[in-house]
Amino acid sequence: MELLFAIAIGALTTSGVYLLLRARTFPVVMGLTLLSYGVNLFLFASGRLATGQQPVIGTTASYSDPLPQALVLTAIVIGFAMTAFLVVLSLRNLADNENDHVDGRREATTPPSKIEQEVSSK
Amino acid sequence: MSLPLVVLLPFLGAIAAPLFAQGGRTAIAIASSVPALIALAALFPHWSVLSAGGTVLHTYEWLPVLGLSFSFRLDGLALLFALLILVIGLLVIIYSHYYLKASENVAKFYSLLLCFKGSMLGIVLSGNLLLMLIFWEITSLTSFLLISFWTHKQDARRGARMALAITGGGGLALLGGILLIGNIVGSFELDDVLAAGDQIKAHALYPVALTLVLLGAFTKSAQFPFHFWLPHAMQAPTPISAYLHSATMVKAGIFLMARLYPALAGTEQWFYMVSFTGMATLLLGAYIAMFKHDLKGLLAYSTVSHLGLITLLLGMGTQLAAVAAIFHVINHATFKASLFMAAGIIDHETGTRDMRRINGLWRYMPHTATLAMVAASSMAGVPLLNGFLSKEMFFAESLQLNLPGLWAWVPPIVATLAGIFAVAYSARFVHDVFFNGKPVDLPKFPPHEPPRYMKFPVEILVFACIMVGVFPTVSVGPLLYSAASATLGGEVPDYQLAILHGFNLPLLMSFLAFFGGLLMYTQRQRFFDFHAQLKEVDGKAVFEFAVSKIEDMARSFTGWLENGSLQRYATLLIVSVIAVAVMPLAEHGFYIGENGLSPVDWPTAIAAGVLVIAALATALWHRERFYALVLLSVVGLIVALAFARFSAPDLAMTQLSVEVVTIVLLMLALYYMPSWTPMESSRSRRVRDVLIALAAGAGMTLITLAMLTQPFSSISDFFLENSKPGGGGTNVVNVILVDFRGFDTLGEITVLAIAALGIYAMLKNTALTPPPGDGLGHAWTRDHYPLMLRQIARPMLPLALMVSAYIFLRGHNLPGGGFIAGLITSVALILQYIASGMVWTEDRIPFRYHNVIGLGLLFATIAGAGSLAFGYPFLTTTFGYITWPVVGKFEVASALVFDLGVYLAVIGATLLALVSIGRLSPHSAIKSKMEGA
Repeated sequence: MELLFAIAIGALTTSGVYLLLRARTFPVVMGLTLLSYGVNLFLFASGRLATGQQPVIGTTASYSDPLPQALVLTAIVIGFAMTAFLVVLSLRNLADNENDHVDGRREATTPPSKIEQEVSSK
Repeated sequence: MSLPLVVLLPFLGAIAAPLFAQGGRTAIAIASSVPALIALAALFPHWSVLSAGGTVLHTYEWLPVLGLSFSFRLDGLALLFALLILVIGLLVIIYSHYYLKASENVAKFYSLLLCFKGSMLGIVLSGNLLLMLIFWEITSLTSFLLISFWTHKQDARRGARMALAITGGGGLALLGGILLIGNIVGSFELDDVLAAGDQIKAHALYPVALTLVLLGAFTKSAQFPFHFWLPHAMQAPTPISAYLHSATMVKAGIFLMARLYPALAGTEQWFYMVSFTGMATLLLGAYIAMFKHDLKGLLAYSTVSHLGLITLLLGMGTQLAAVAAIFHVINHATFKASLFMAAGIIDHETGTRDMRRINGLWRYMPHTATLAMVAASSMAGVPLLNGFLSKEMFFAESLQLNLPGLWAWVPPIVATLAGIFAVAYSARFVHDVFFNGKPVDLPKFPPHEPPRYMKFPVEILVFACIMVGVFPTVSVGPLLYSAASATLGGEVPDYQLAILHGFNLPLLMSFLAFFGGLLMYTQRQRFFDFHAQLKEVDGKAVFEFAVSKIEDMARSFTGWLENGSLQRYATLLIVSVIAVAVMPLAEHGFYIGENGLSPVDWPTAIAAGVLVIAALATALWHRERFYALVLLSVVGLIVALAFARFSAPDLAMTQLSVEVVTIVLLMLALYYMPSWTPMESSRSRRVRDVLIALAAGAGMTLITLAMLTQPFSSISDFFLENSKPGGGGTNVVNVILVDFRGFDTLGEITVLAIAALGIYAMLKNTALTPPPGDGLGHAWTRDHYPLMLRQIARPMLPLALMVSAYIFLRGHNLPGGGFIAGLITSVALILQYIASGMVWTEDRIPFRYHNVIGLGLLFATIAGAGSLAFGYPFLTTTFGYITWPVVGKFEVASALVFDLGVYLAVIGATLLALVSIGRLSPHSAIKSKMEGA
């Protein structure tokens, strides 16, 4: 089980990091979201994996560690705030520079639509 | 108390002086003199202790852990310097009163001058090396500000910068040296350090410590090869040159060497480093001074030369030489300060300092001329003046050095040579300026005597020169003895302060210097011609070149590292993280801890497989943004399931609702953005990124695996035990959030609020036109708000609100709470926006989301502050039970109010963010314009 969990976190990190290194804002935002899934799972896992031991007093015989859960709960919400802020930053970048390159370059072009690209390749 | 007061008073005066600026220049000059007068009065009573060879120590704790204390220590050496600083400081204030023009910023001048005075007193009176270093740096800073007092002059600014760079760099070295000494001794207290001389000299790090301390001293006291800053510091107003750059600040390095003499001197390294540096400086300064046409330039290089002389004396390492060094400090301060003042008067009255133009001033200002001539004679070492006495001692000491073979001839020859130059440039100062024909083309003509009291400080100093020269034992004998005793650590050799010691070798050297110097002056044209052939190394040019070179290097390095590309920064960041993690990870490799692996069940394995595939597919198909987004939402859902699977119902609910909001947010963003990412990076770039990503992922896998299989102990038992009895709730996660770690949560919802407001601000005046189609050739649907969705969404709202109320209320005891309830409410409201549109929904929402956020933070803070009213710490909670009809026994916790704050803040922040983005489109912009009108 632990290995499976670790591999899942590894996959999330791999995809997240790869997308983080892309040149356009939208993939970077998606990469960051994937990475924060991974980080949240990792933090959560620092309380170890427990089955059927929700930390609600009186419902089970033993309880899983509630502290990482509390920390991750706020992390999820803050992560959302960060994602929203980033999305808006990239929208503002798009509005000001008329393209969605991460470096905020004015000269970079707006990507052509897929149709246009296909037409030009023919 | 009196010693700290002496140091503190000038600083207080610096603050107070500008207040007197209104009262005119006389008022501010008088006000600026007060601290020095009080300080002199405060020092006077200590003389009885000092003359008996004692020290006065006043210590106050500051940072005992660091060995730093407010420790002030007065002994003979400190007193001598303190008197020089205070008395010459007073004279300089009088002089400045006449020197400065009415239009100048007098308040700033006096204020800085007093700051300098305070910090200089701090250096000499500190009983703690670290404290001394602080004052040392303040003198560098005030010197910088005073050199650049005439900020409109480029030369002044450049000179100031150079002085600061050199002395500041030296200060850094000194800091290193002092830290080393403190480490060796185990204390920074001066008494301890002075007593530990043998321990320091025997230590392996002594050479390093000594070199660093000497670097500090040499830079401050303008020793070769750092001497070049001093002549450029002459861009300062002349009173500053007289005070800082001749009488006091440049003596700080000398003071440091004398102060640490018992702790550091007496070794071969000390001898060679200090005496040879001193010798080089002595000769070089004296030589260059001869060829300066600028009056202040001549005096500046002469100062360099005399500082070299004192350094050489300290370096010789004999006790008599140290006495001579101290004596020369006094003498040089008096004659050089008076010469600078005289030069300032001449500049003031003629408008120039060029000795090729100012000639024959004897006729116009005989009084000033007499004073300057006496002082210059003292500088040259003419008998019956103080300069002669210490120079004679210097000559005598130069003969006493035990150097092997022919080397023994070097010091006396250098000394005599320097003496010849000194006589020559003194003669030039006297003859060129006051005689030698008539003035040439003076800016102010005819010159005349300055105001009566501008000469007063010069008269005092010249009087001191004569008094010391004629009655040395009476005038400075006790003070010199006390200072020498403090320098040498109590033992004072026998020495005679006589006008003449009989006809001996030193006297012969003096004669040689005197007549040789006069001869040289008469033949000066030949030397000028000779000097003109030499290519002078311009220290300033070298310095400016070095500065611009360093600037260029820094710029190109920064440009190389920070090229403005986020991609590069992200790569560098991730690669460095991987690089840091590689070593420990490689050591453990594929590590499974003691706990081992637990068995896998099929549903979990399948879900994990889906998660891995969806995550990789998101990266693989990220160009097709919409599909990638769908895959991303799959990942999010499985993460929520994972939380549920592993005993975290609260997290599962939070993740689920956040997931909905996040995907809506990204969809909304995608509406404005291109729906397609072009292929931009090269193949090798992509391969590189894949490798980096794989390394990061593999590292995370190994770390997670190692962590998960490792036994651990948690502090959570406390929370589990106290959740019910202490916090009144059975859902431990929620109790932690609103009670145990409530302050943390308060901070987090504040961050949430700030993010939402930031989003609002960032988009407030921005308009974005969405592309006409989705980039795949499809136009947007014309049915903006589908009927089916609208009809389902509307009845959903009350249902969803009811659910969120339920989740909210039960949160303390069962999975739920403010965060989750807030997100559910947000989702319900967002659904209305999606189904029925911006305009329809806004019309029906009677509040602004800003206010909801504010209200939420207010509730949370009030809930926290409420406990203060009952005398408990911030955010202490309480709870009780009430019985409601129908519902039954019901628990009410004050934490519920806090959770309500969380609930409101989450709703406000989420909706403000999403609605701000929704408003971007021109469709709603028109609407809001209509609202505005």
